[in-house]
Amino acid sequence: MSEVRTLVIDGKDVAASSDQSILSAARESGIRIPTLCHLEGLSDVGACRLCVVELEGSPKLLPSCTTKVEEGMKVTTTSERLVAYRRNIIELFFVERNHVCSVCVANNNCELQSHARALSLNHFSLPALHPELEVDATHERFVLDQNRCILCTRCVRVCDEIEGAHTWDIRGRGVGSRLVSDLGTPWGSSPTCTSCGKCVQVCPTGALSEKGRSVSEPKARRPYLPYLVKAHGRTG
Amino acid sequence: MTAPGSPEEGATARRRRRQAEPVLPDGPVRVSANVCQAAGCLSMGSDRLFEQLCDQVRAEGFGDVAVRRVGCLGLCAAGPLVEVPEECRLFDYVSPDEPQKSAQVLATLAGKAPLGEAAGGRSVADDPFFAHQVKVVLERCGKVDPESLGDYVASGGYRALTKAVTEMTPDEVIAEVVASGLRGRGGAGYPTGLKWRTVAKSAGAGGRFVVCNADEGDPGAFMDRSVLESCPQQVLEGMAIAGYAVGASRGYVYVRAEYPLAVKRLTSAVRQAERDGYLGREVAGTRFEFLVEVRIGAGAFVCGEETALIASIEGGRGSPRPRPPYPAAAGLWGLPTLINNVETFANVPQVVDRGGAWLSSIGTEHSKGTKVFALAGAVKNTGLIEVPMGLTLRQIVFDIGGGLAGERRFKAVQTGGPSGGCIPEALIDMPVDYETLAAAGSIMGSGGMIVMDDKTCMVDVAKFFMDFCREESCGKCLPCRAGTEEMYRLLDRISTGRGSRAQLAQLESLAGMVKATSLCGLGQGAPNPVFSTLRYFRDEYLAHIDDRTCPAGVCQIGDEDIGAMPPSFATAGAGGGHTAALGTSEGGPP
Repeated sequence: MSEVRTLVIDGKDVAASSDQSILSAARESGIRIPTLCHLEGLSDVGACRLCVVELEGSPKLLPSCTTKVEEGMKVTTTSERLVAYRRNIIELFFVERNHVCSVCVANNNCELQSHARALSLNHFSLPALHPELEVDATHERFVLDQNRCILCTRCVRVCDEIEGAHTWDIRGRGVGSRLVSDLGTPWGSSPTCTSCGKCVQVCPTGALSEKGRSVSEPKARRPYLPYLVKAHGRTG
Repeated sequence: MTAPGSPEEGATARRRRRQAEPVLPDGPVRVSANVCQAAGCLSMGSDRLFEQLCDQVRAEGFGDVAVRRVGCLGLCAAGPLVEVPEECRLFDYVSPDEPQKSAQVLATLAGKAPLGEAAGGRSVADDPFFAHQVKVVLERCGKVDPESLGDYVASGGYRALTKAVTEMTPDEVIAEVVASGLRGRGGAGYPTGLKWRTVAKSAGAGGRFVVCNADEGDPGAFMDRSVLESCPQQVLEGMAIAGYAVGASRGYVYVRAEYPLAVKRLTSAVRQAERDGYLGREVAGTRFEFLVEVRIGAGAFVCGEETALIASIEGGRGSPRPRPPYPAAAGLWGLPTLINNVETFANVPQVVDRGGAWLSSIGTEHSKGTKVFALAGAVKNTGLIEVPMGLTLRQIVFDIGGGLAGERRFKAVQTGGPSGGCIPEALIDMPVDYETLAAAGSIMGSGGMIVMDDKTCMVDVAKFFMDFCREESCGKCLPCRAGTEEMYRLLDRISTGRGSRAQLAQLESLAGMVKATSLCGLGQGAPNPVFSTLRYFRDEYLAHIDDRTCPAGVCQIGDEDIGAMPPSFATAGAGGGHTAALGTSEGGPP
C-alpha cells in the first residue's frame, strides 16, 4: 500500500507516493539528477554514486535512486559540493579504464561522455590507471570491450531481471572487477546467452556493441526497454 | 619413529593421536596449571607443552594437582603461557623445548618453589599489565576449558540464559540491555538496546534472525578471535538471549575462514550446547527455540559490513547494498535481523546475570562498560586486554603495555584499523571512549590498538592502510573502487619523494569525496587514516614532498628518473635512492 508523501526538492514542492525514490519524484517534477547505473525498468543498486543528493538535517549524502521519499524531506540535488563530487566521479570513471572517445563506437552516443560534457570536464588531473584489458569478440554478433566498461551492471541486471538468462556477472573485486559471461566462459561459447542483445541496448558506453558498427554510429534504441518492461508486467 | 609430542613429529601424526587428557584429580584440587591453548600460544608449541606437563604431573603422582587447557591468558607475545591461579603466578615463555622453564612450573605445583620473584614468572596480583584491567567479556578467558561446556556451566555459564527464558519477558531482557548502556563493540558504537528494540518491533511474521559478526578483519586486531577461541559458549549464550529478546529462533555466526581454531571450537560449542539443551528446540526446557549455524567467510574484509555479510550468508556475492532499509527492518532473506559483534554478544550474559545497572556503573557517561583491545605494535606487553571505558591512552600504553619496546620514543597510537586514525603524543592523556576518539579524528573501531614508535613514518602508515582498502574494496561503487586506488598511487608518489604540493591537495580533495560519496563503511572510512595523519603529522608529508626525505627513515626516496622504475631496480643501482634513505636514518633520532 503506497501513501502520498509531500517533500521539497530544490525548493520545489513535490508530491510523490511512498514507494517512489527521490530520483523518480524529482524526474516527475522536471528536476534533473545525473545517473549512470540507474535505468528505468531495472532494479537500483546505488553503485555509480552520481545521483547523490543532500538532505537537510542529514550529515550524509544519499543516493537518490535507492532512497525512498519521506514526508517533509528537504532535498538539494545541485550544490557546489555535489557538482564538484560529480566531476570527481566522472573523472574517476575515465581514468579507471582506457576510454578513447575518438575511436569509440559510442562516440557522441555515450552517457559517460555526455555527463563529462554537461559538467564541462575537459581534462583530467588524476593519473590514469591504464589497466591492460581484454576485448571479447567471440560472440557472433556482439563485442565486449573491457576498456570501455564502467561496471554499472545494467547489462547484468537486464539479462537477469528481464531476459532471465543471467549470463553476465562481475568477477574479482576492487579495480580488478571484470564483467564476465557465464563464470568466465568466452561470450561466444556461452551456453546461457540467448543473443537477445538487451545488454548491448542498455550499455551506457561502448563496452558492449554490435559487430560491424563504426565509430560514432548510433547503436542503442533507448525507448526499447520501457516497452520490454511493460511486456514483462514490471513497473519502474 | 619419532616420539609423540616431539618437534619432529609431523602435524598429521599429531592430529591423529588422541588429544591428551587433562589431569583432573578426583579429590579437591590444591593447585592447578592452566596452559593457554589459544592460537598465539599454540603457535609457540603450547599443545606440546600441555602434554609434557600432563605427563610430568602424572609421573610425579601428585593427586591434588590439575593441569588444564584454557583460553587466552592475555600476554600473547610472551607465550607459551602457564598460569597457576592459586599462587597468582603467570609463567611466560614456557617453551616445550626448554626443560628448565617447565621445571619452574613443576616446582611451583609441587609447592617447592621459592617465594616471590625467585619462583619465576610474573605475579598476576602486582603486575601492572593485569592491575588496570577489568574483566567482563574476558571474565572466563584463561579460566575455563574452551572446549568444555561443563567448565562453562560450572563457572556460572548459562545462568543468565536460564534466568532470561524462565523468569523474564523479552521486554524485560531488552530493558535490561537498554539500562546497561551497552553500545555496539564492532566499531560504530550504536546503542545495543535500541537496536534490539528496533528488531523486536519490526514486523517479522516470517521469522527473525540473530547474526553474530565474527568477520574480524582489521590489520592487527584479534579480540574476537581470542574470545571465540577462549570462551565460545559465552558468545552463544549472548546470542540465545538476544534471540529470546527479539523473537528470533535462528542464529548465524559469520566467522572468517582464517580463524580455523575459532571455527573448530565454535562448532564444537554449538554441538555441546545443543546436546545439553542450552540451544535447540527447547532451550532450558522451555518452549523457546533457538538454533545456531556457523557460516564461514571466504576472506573478504568487506563481508564485515552488515549488508555484505547478509549477502554472503544468503549465498550471494559479498557486496554491500545501500541502507536503508537497515537489517533491523529487512535483513537476511528480507526479514528483520539483529546483527551484533562477538564482543557485544559476550557482554550480554553478564548484563542479564548482574543487571544493566551493574554494567553502567563501569565506564564513562556515554560509553559504558569495558572494551577489549588487541594491544600490538611497539609496546613491551603485546596481547589481549580489557579495560574500563575512560582509561587514558597513557595508562594503556605505558602501564598495561609497559611502555615502548627497545626504549624507543612514543609517536602515535592507531585505533580503528583501516577506518580509524592515529592519535599523537600530545593527546595521550585523553580518555578512551567513543566520543573522545571520534573528536580526535579516529574511531573506537573493533578494538585494534597499534602503538607506533619514532621509527614509524606516518605517510607510510597512511599508504599501508590505503593499500589494504584498495585491495579489499569490493568494486561495487566507483568512489571506493577507483578512489582508493588513486589515493594509494598519490600516497605512493609522495612517500617515494615524487610527490608535489598539488598532489597533496589532490589527495585531500579526493579523500573528502570518497568519504562523502562511497556506498558503505569501507569506502566512507578508507580516507580516515589519510585525514588523521595529515591532521597531526602534516610536516612529515611536507618533508617527503619539499625536502624529499623521510624523517623516520622508512620510505625509500628515489631519484626523479629512477623513481619511475620498479623499486627493486631503483635500489639495486648506486642511485640516490639508497643513499638518500640511509642519509635520513643516520641523521634522524637514534
